[in-house]
Amino acid sequence: MISPIIAGKGISMRLGRGAGQVEALKGIDLSLYGGQLTLLMGPSGSGKTTLLSILGCMLCPTAGTIEVGGCDTIGARPEQLARIRRGQIGFVFQRYRLLPTLSALDNVRLALDVRGDHSRHATEKASATLDGFGLSHRRNAYPHELSGGEQQRVAIARAIVADPAALLADEPTGALDGDSGHGVMTVLARVARDPSRAVLVVTHDPRIVPFADRIVHIEDGCITGDESSLDRALRPAVAASCYA
Amino acid sequence: MPLVVKLACRNLVQDRLRFVATVVGIVFSIVLVTVQLGLYLGFERTVTTMIRHAHADLWVVPRGTKCFEDPSLLDERKRAAALAVGGVADAVPLLIGFAEWSVTGGGTTPVFVIGSTLGAGGLRPWNIVVGSIGALAGAHAVAADKTYFDRLGVTGLGDTVAIRGDKAHIAAVTDGIRSFTTTPYIFTTLDRARAYTGIPPGRVSYFLVHLAPGADTDTVRRQLAAKLPSAEVLTPAQFSARSRSFWLFGTGAGAALIAGALLGVIVGTVIVAQTLYSSTKDHLNEFATLRAIGAAAGYVNQAIVCQALVSAVIGFLFAACISAVAVEVTKDSALPILMTPELTLGLFVLTVSMCIISAFAAIVQVIRIDPMRVFMS
Repeated sequence: MISPIIAGKGISMRLGRGAGQVEALKGIDLSLYGGQLTLLMGPSGSGKTTLLSILGCMLCPTAGTIEVGGCDTIGARPEQLARIRRGQIGFVFQRYRLLPTLSALDNVRLALDVRGDHSRHATEKASATLDGFGLSHRRNAYPHELSGGEQQRVAIARAIVADPAALLADEPTGALDGDSGHGVMTVLARVARDPSRAVLVVTHDPRIVPFADRIVHIEDGCITGDESSLDRALRPAVAASCYA
Repeated sequence: MPLVVKLACRNLVQDRLRFVATVVGIVFSIVLVTVQLGLYLGFERTVTTMIRHAHADLWVVPRGTKCFEDPSLLDERKRAAALAVGGVADAVPLLIGFAEWSVTGGGTTPVFVIGSTLGAGGLRPWNIVVGSIGALAGAHAVAADKTYFDRLGVTGLGDTVAIRGDKAHIAAVTDGIRSFTTTPYIFTTLDRARAYTGIPPGRVSYFLVHLAPGADTDTVRRQLAAKLPSAEVLTPAQFSARSRSFWLFGTGAGAALIAGALLGVIVGTVIVAQTLYSSTKDHLNEFATLRAIGAAAGYVNQAIVCQALVSAVIGFLFAACISAVAVEVTKDSALPILMTPELTLGLFVLTVSMCIISAFAAIVQVIRIDPMRVFMS
C-alpha cells in the first residue's frame, strides 16, 4: 500500500468565538499521494482554503491529526510548523505573493535561502528551475515587470525549487486569464508527474478539472465527493477545449 | 551579497523618502551625541590643561582645594618641610590668582595670573610664538596669548600695560593657551605674580613636587602628607580628577552635556524605531510570505536587523563627516569638541546598538505575524 505524503484524519476546525463561532471543517479525512494532482473544489466559504492551510501546517486544527511524511504535526509550535513547511511543503498563492523588491531569480532563490542554502549552487538551481518553466529570459525582471501568468510560474518555481514532498496551490488560476491559467495548470500538471510529490490545487474554476488525477469536493466543511479524473492520455485535448 | 541583506537593502530604498528620514534621524542624533560628548571630553581636557603642563610628580595643595583655579593658599615656609622629605628633589612654589588688567584706551578686564619660577620645574608658558621664556626674567615681563589681544587691548610683543596698577610688559606671546572660563592666562614670575594679584608675601597656591630619580611616588606622597597636615598631596591624576569633578559635576556643566547626549540617543532611537516600524508594517505581507514558505522567525528578524544595521552604517558615516567638520571648526575655540579614536569607536557601537534596539518594535510585530495573511486578498 502506498503511503500518503500528507494524511489528515478527522480534521475539524472551529473559527471565531462565542456566538460568531463557525465550524469550518467537520471531521474531514483527506490524504494526498505522490504523483497525483488533486483538485479540491467547492463553493466560496466551503472550507477549501482552511483545509489547505491545515494540510500545509500553517494552521492547527481544533481536532484531528495531520501527518506529513509520516510525522504527526499536532501540538507542534509555530517554529516547528515553519520547519515542516520549510522541509516538506511548497506553496502557490492566488496573488502570487512574490517579493516586489527582488528579481524573479532572487524570488526563487529565496525559497532555498530560507532553508539555509546560500551557496552558488542555490543560484544555479533557481536559475535552472526558472529555465524549466520557460522563464530564462525573465530571470532579472521584477514582479511588476512580469505578466500574471509569468508571476505565477515564478511562484511555482519558488514552490518547487527546494523539492518539497507536497505542493499546495490556492486558486493558482484565480487571478489569470484563460491562456495564462492554462499555462500555469500545464506547469502544475507537469510538476505532479513526479511520483515523490503530491500536488493539491484548491479551486472553483471548472476549466482546470481536466488536469486533475483526483477531484475532492467539499461543501459546508464536509467532503461530499472524492473521484478519480480522466485518463491522462485524454487530458490535453479536454483541457484545451475547456480553455477555448 | 547574501539574499537577506539584499532584501533588507531593497526594502529600505523602496521608500526613499522614509529611508532619507531614517538616515537624517540617525545623523541628527549621532551628531548631537558627538558634539555633547566631544564638548565633554574637550572640557575635561581644558580644565586640566595647567595640571598637565606643570609636569610635576606630585602637587601639594591647600586642604580642600577643589580645582586648579581654587584661591586657597599655603604657607610658603612649608616648602622647607617638603624638601626635607626623602625622595623629594624639588618643591617649586606656584602662585595663581585673578587680577585686573587695564586695557589701553580705558577700562579693565580680569586676567588669571600664573606666577612660577622660569626654571624647568615650574609652570611655564608653552607654544611661544614670539619672544622667549628667558625674556620673562626682564623687568615687568609677562606672557600673554595672542587669542586674547583684542580683549587685552594690545597688539603684540613690547606693548606695555598695567595689571592692578603695576606696569606689565609683553615679553612673550603664546598661541592656543585658552581658558574655558574665557579669562586670559598671564604668565610671569612668582614675585611679579604676587604683586599683580595682591597675595601677601609668604603665601603660595601650590608646591610642584619633583621626585629624585628612583623615588617611589606613593611612599613620598604618604611622607609628605604626614609632614604637611594642613595640606593635601595629590598625584597629577588625582588633582586632574578633582578639577574635572568640580567643573563638570560641581557646576552641572557635565551633567548638562551628558543629558544632551542622552537626549540625542533617545531622539535617534525613537526616530529609527518609528521608521523601521512603519517600514515593517508596509512589508508585512512580504514577511508573512516568508513565514508561509517556511522561513524561521530568526530569518525574518535577520532581515529587519539588517535594515537597522544598513541604516546605522550609512547614518554613522554621514554623522562622522559632519562631526569631523565640527571638530575642525572648534579646534581653536575656548571649548573645542574633542574626538578620540575611542570616542569614534564608541559612537559607532552606540549607533549600531541604537538601531538594533530600535528594531525591537518591528521584530515584535513580525514575531506575531500570521502566515495565513498570504491567503487574504
